[in-house]
Amino acid sequence: MSAKINNDVVTEKDTLVKISNVKKYFPVKGGILRRPINFVKAVDDVSFTVQKGETLGVVGESGCGKSTLGRVVLNLLPSTSGHIHFKDEEITDKSTRQMRPLRKEMQMIFQDPFSSLNTKMSVRELIEEPLIVQSNFSKEERREKVEHMVEKVGLRIADLVKYPHEFSGGQRQRISIARALILEPSFIVCDEPVSALDMSIQAQVLNLMKDLQEEFNLTYLFISHDLNVVNHMSDRVAVMYLGRIVEIASNESIYEDPLHPYSQILLQSIPTVSEENQDKATLSGELPSPLDPPSGCAFRTRCPFAHDLCKEVRPELREIKEGHYAACHLYNEDNEKAFTKQGEIE
Amino acid sequence: MAQKEVLRVEDLKTHFFLGENKVAKAVDGVSFSVHEGETVALVGESGSGKSMTALSIMQLINKPGRIVNGNIFVEGNSLVDMSEKEMVKVRGNDVAMIFQEPMTALNPVFTIGNQLVEMIRKHKKVSKKTASKRAIELLDIVGISRSKAIMQEYPHQLSGGMRQRVMIAIAISCDPKVLIADEPTTALDVTIQLQILDLLDTLKKKLNMAILLITHDLGVVSEYADRVMVMYGGQIIETSETKEVLFDTRHPYTEGLLNSLPRMDQKSDRLEAISGTTPPAFAFPQGCRFAPRCPYATEECTVENPPLVEVEEGHATRCILHMEGGKLHVSKD
Repeated sequence: MSAKINNDVVTEKDTLVKISNVKKYFPVKGGILRRPINFVKAVDDVSFTVQKGETLGVVGESGCGKSTLGRVVLNLLPSTSGHIHFKDEEITDKSTRQMRPLRKEMQMIFQDPFSSLNTKMSVRELIEEPLIVQSNFSKEERREKVEHMVEKVGLRIADLVKYPHEFSGGQRQRISIARALILEPSFIVCDEPVSALDMSIQAQVLNLMKDLQEEFNLTYLFISHDLNVVNHMSDRVAVMYLGRIVEIASNESIYEDPLHPYSQILLQSIPTVSEENQDKATLSGELPSPLDPPSGCAFRTRCPFAHDLCKEVRPELREIKEGHYAACHLYNEDNEKAFTKQGEIE
Repeated sequence: MAQKEVLRVEDLKTHFFLGENKVAKAVDGVSFSVHEGETVALVGESGSGKSMTALSIMQLINKPGRIVNGNIFVEGNSLVDMSEKEMVKVRGNDVAMIFQEPMTALNPVFTIGNQLVEMIRKHKKVSKKTASKRAIELLDIVGISRSKAIMQEYPHQLSGGMRQRVMIAIAISCDPKVLIADEPTTALDVTIQLQILDLLDTLKKKLNMAILLITHDLGVVSEYADRVMVMYGGQIIETSETKEVLFDTRHPYTEGLLNSLPRMDQKSDRLEAISGTTPPAFAFPQGCRFAPRCPYATEECTVENPPLVEVEEGHATRCILHMEGGKLHVSKD
């Protein structure tokens, strides 16, 4: 284990996953020699912990690096630098073979239930496959487990002989969930698990995921662009912008009192069913290119509060209220608002 | 609202003949009208027939589907009887449409300027120079700041939000009376979605257009639509002014949709999901099409598909329990 890690919470009893200063840069190759000429900083210096049994939500717009983060956490994509710990064990530099025994413990559910299931395998084969690869159960034991699991996710035993094309999107997502859960993992990365589903089906799948979490004491890293869904599912929420976490706090804290201007605008942007029409602050411009992110604070080009300091110094993630971290110069040493919107007098 | 009616759809039925006597009733008896300067939302889940209704209006239904019944009027002219040649003039001039995925709607091998100019010259007899001037003007209107530079660029060089702005510029280039927006922001990020919806709202007021907004997002409906029609199984099952439908709901399906939304202002552990799945368009159940999934369904519901009946002024529902003397109607008051 590296001695450089600044605190020792790794060994804390109820921490399941801890990542520290993780970076994932994708090289952009060019020129005759195909040398890397630039890097896309998909994940740039991200640290957090996930406690046993909790759901950590990750929200952000497309291109902010949230899906890359999910894959890096599972070591499906090797990180460029930083440390990833799973259950007190550092997995950062483990090879695919070394990772194999750990894979039982960590699984992933993907967004698109139409492309993540092999169309040539029956539901039974799909759900059984992880057991064959990972365990020594006898045929009979495997059958029992598969039949038990298929009912747990709300399908029928009769469905086991069917193929994925015979199911709707919501049912396919149930198959994916069964496949992920059959090895009884403790940690699941859910990458936009309900984005492809219809409204009424989305609610069914979210309920199922919550029930299963309770029953199997699962820990989720829940990645989504939909703030309503993340709010419903998570205990804590991390907001990402251009590869960095700009704010992380408990669910209640972040939705009631978002500190970072980006989180504030993101929250206001969601169309909601409400009787009064609220005034909304529209965010001007679009996400800057991750190849050429702005200097200082990455959000400053779209931030209504941006001033000179934001251009020069990159704000670090700091605890501003208890358990509520934000990376913004808006808050001074005493963690009060240091200044207001340009041209505004308060 | 004393505004002029610009689009009227009467008892529209679009069926798909799938062979072996299988008929998918994608749109099955839809009637509504849209007035100038009004946004009417058509909301429903996939397979409810909302996009097919839009394509029927544009007369863009391909085999094995066809409009088997009903009529569509734009400013009093019937579109159903028109030849394809006449329809070409209507599309773009009177009714324009924007789609969900702006990348597939733009031609990747032509510049933005090229596509805009082509569109303008197809509908108006103007010189290339005038058309190009108009194109830049349109790009300014839709809020593209580097309008001149964008004219020379290709679709892949633009972000999703910018592409959708270009699509809107093309759509409004001939001052259509009706703009059909089919899930215009579904593929976009939430902050960009807001920009595009605001743009559509501003343009509607400026050009006095009617907008038929097709969406699955009730939040979008709540904030941008004047009236809403909820579709299920190829039919409108509830319609009224937006606030009426969302806050004085008169159909169990609408109620179910609202309850199944995760909401930040009402924190609860579980969502009230609607059980089951939408029936396929070739096998609707006997009676009310929502009955098999409806928590209030009685035996009576499975006998006959209820008609769309006005239960309050301007508020119609297709549910016998909400009609005069119905249980829900009584219990609600």
